[in-house]
Amino acid sequence: MTTITPQSLEVPARRRGTGTRATRIIGLATIVMIGWLAVFGLLISPADRDQGDSVRIMYVHVPSVWLAYLAFIVTAICSAIHLFGRRHSLGVDRVAGASAEVGVVFMAVTLVTGMLWGRITWGVYWQWDARLTTTALLFISYIGYLAVRGLEGTRQQRARRSAVIGLLVVLEIPLVHWSVRLWRSLHQEATVLGTDLDVSLDGLMLFSLFSGVVAFTLLFIWLVLHRSRMLTMIDLAGERALDEALASRISEGGEKRA
Amino acid sequence: MAEVSRFDVAKAVFVKDLRVEIRSRVLVNQILPFSALVMVLFAFALDATNVLTRVAPGLIWLAVLFSMIVIVQRGFAVESADGALEALQSAGVDALGVYWGKWAALVVQLVVLEVLLVATAVLLYGVDLRAEGVVLLVTTSISATCGLAAVGTIYGGLAAGVSGRETLLPLLVLPVASPVLIGATRAVEAALGTGGTAISEGWPWLGLLSVFAVAFGVGGSFAFGPLIED
Repeated sequence: MTTITPQSLEVPARRRGTGTRATRIIGLATIVMIGWLAVFGLLISPADRDQGDSVRIMYVHVPSVWLAYLAFIVTAICSAIHLFGRRHSLGVDRVAGASAEVGVVFMAVTLVTGMLWGRITWGVYWQWDARLTTTALLFISYIGYLAVRGLEGTRQQRARRSAVIGLLVVLEIPLVHWSVRLWRSLHQEATVLGTDLDVSLDGLMLFSLFSGVVAFTLLFIWLVLHRSRMLTMIDLAGERALDEALASRISEGGEKRA
Repeated sequence: MAEVSRFDVAKAVFVKDLRVEIRSRVLVNQILPFSALVMVLFAFALDATNVLTRVAPGLIWLAVLFSMIVIVQRGFAVESADGALEALQSAGVDALGVYWGKWAALVVQLVVLEVLLVATAVLLYGVDLRAEGVVLLVTTSISATCGLAAVGTIYGGLAAGVSGRETLLPLLVLPVASPVLIGATRAVEAALGTGGTAISEGWPWLGLLSVFAVAFGVGGSFAFGPLIED
C-alpha cells in the first residue's frame, strides 16, 4: 500500500510571516513619517488663533478620513474586478477584504478624533450634520460588509457575496448623503460653527497636514499588503487542513481494504 | 416543454409566497400584533400625547422597518428550510424572476402592515388624516415600500441558508434603508401636516424615495443572482 502525500502538504520552510523586503522598507518609511508627523504636528506647527491646540487633531483626523475613503474605493474597485473579471480572482477579493478592514479602522479613528475635536470646538461630541451622519452610516455599513465576509461557505462564495455587497454599499453612499443633506438643510437651525474647516491654513499647518497624508498612506499600503498576505495564509492553512483530513481518510480506507 | 418566461417565474413565486402566508397566517397572527405592540411600547417610552402626535410619522416607519426584518427573515426561512432556493437553481429557474416574485410578495405584506400602523397611529396617537394629504401619503407609502422591499429582498436572499443570518440581517438592511426612513418620515409629516408642515414640502422627499426604489430595484436585479447562486 502506498501512502498518499500530496505536494501541497509539504510545509514551505523558507518563509514564515508576511514580510518581504518591500514591506520592510515601506514599514520603516511609515515609522519615520509618523515620527516626522508627530514632531511637526505637535511641536513645530503653530496653534490656531481661534481653535488653539485642538487644531492639531486635524493632522490625524483629515488624513485618516481620506485614507478611509481611499480604502473603500480600493474595496469597490477590487469587488468589481472580482465580479466582472474573467478569472474571478481570489487574490483581488482578499485585497478588497484587507482594504475594507483597514478602512474601517481608519474610519473609527476619524470618528473618534472628530468627536474629540467637536467636544472642544462645539462643546458637544456629536452634531447631526450631513457629513458626520453619512460617515457614521458608512462605518456601520462596512462593519456589515466585514460580517458578510465572515459568513460560512466556500472561498468563491465568500468572494462573490462580499463583492456584491461591496458594490451595493457604493450605491448606498450617494443616497444616504443626499437624504441626510436634505434632512439637515430643512431642519437645522443655527449651526454654532460650520463643519467645514474653512480656516485659512498657515503654510506650516498645511505642510504638517501633508506629512500626515503621506504617513497614513504609507501605513495604509503597509497594512493592506500584510493583511491580504495574512488572509492568503489563512486560506492556505484551511486548504491544507482539508487536504490532510482527506489524505488521512483515504489512507484509512486503503488500510481497511488491505 | 414550453419555455417558462421570467414573468411566469415571478408570478409563480409571488402567488406561492402569498399562499404560504394565507395558509400559515404568520403575518396576521404574529407580525401585525408585533408591530402594534411596538407602537404601544413607543407610547410608553415617550409618554406624552403631544409628543406622540409630533413624532408619529417617524414611529410608523420605524415600526415598518423592524417588522420588515421579521417578514424578510420569515420569507427566506421558508425558502431555505427545504433547500427550496437551491432546488430552484438546479432546476435552472431564472433568479431574476425569483427576485421579482419575492419582491412583489414583500410589497403586498408591507402595504398591509402600513395600513394597520397608520390606523394604530390614528387611534392611539391622535393623528389626524387630512383629505388633501392623502395623495402624498399614498404615493409616499408606495414608493417607500417598493424601495424597502427591494433592499429587504436582496439581503434576505444573501442571508438565506447561511447560519447567523438572524443577527446579520438587521445590520445589513437598516443602514441601507435609512434614507427611506428619513424621506418617508418627512413626506408623511408633510402629508399629515405634523408641526404645521405644508404639503408642498413633501414632494422633494417623494423624489428621493422614487430614486431609491429605482436604484435598489435595478441594483437588486443585478445582485440577486450572484448572491444566491453557489
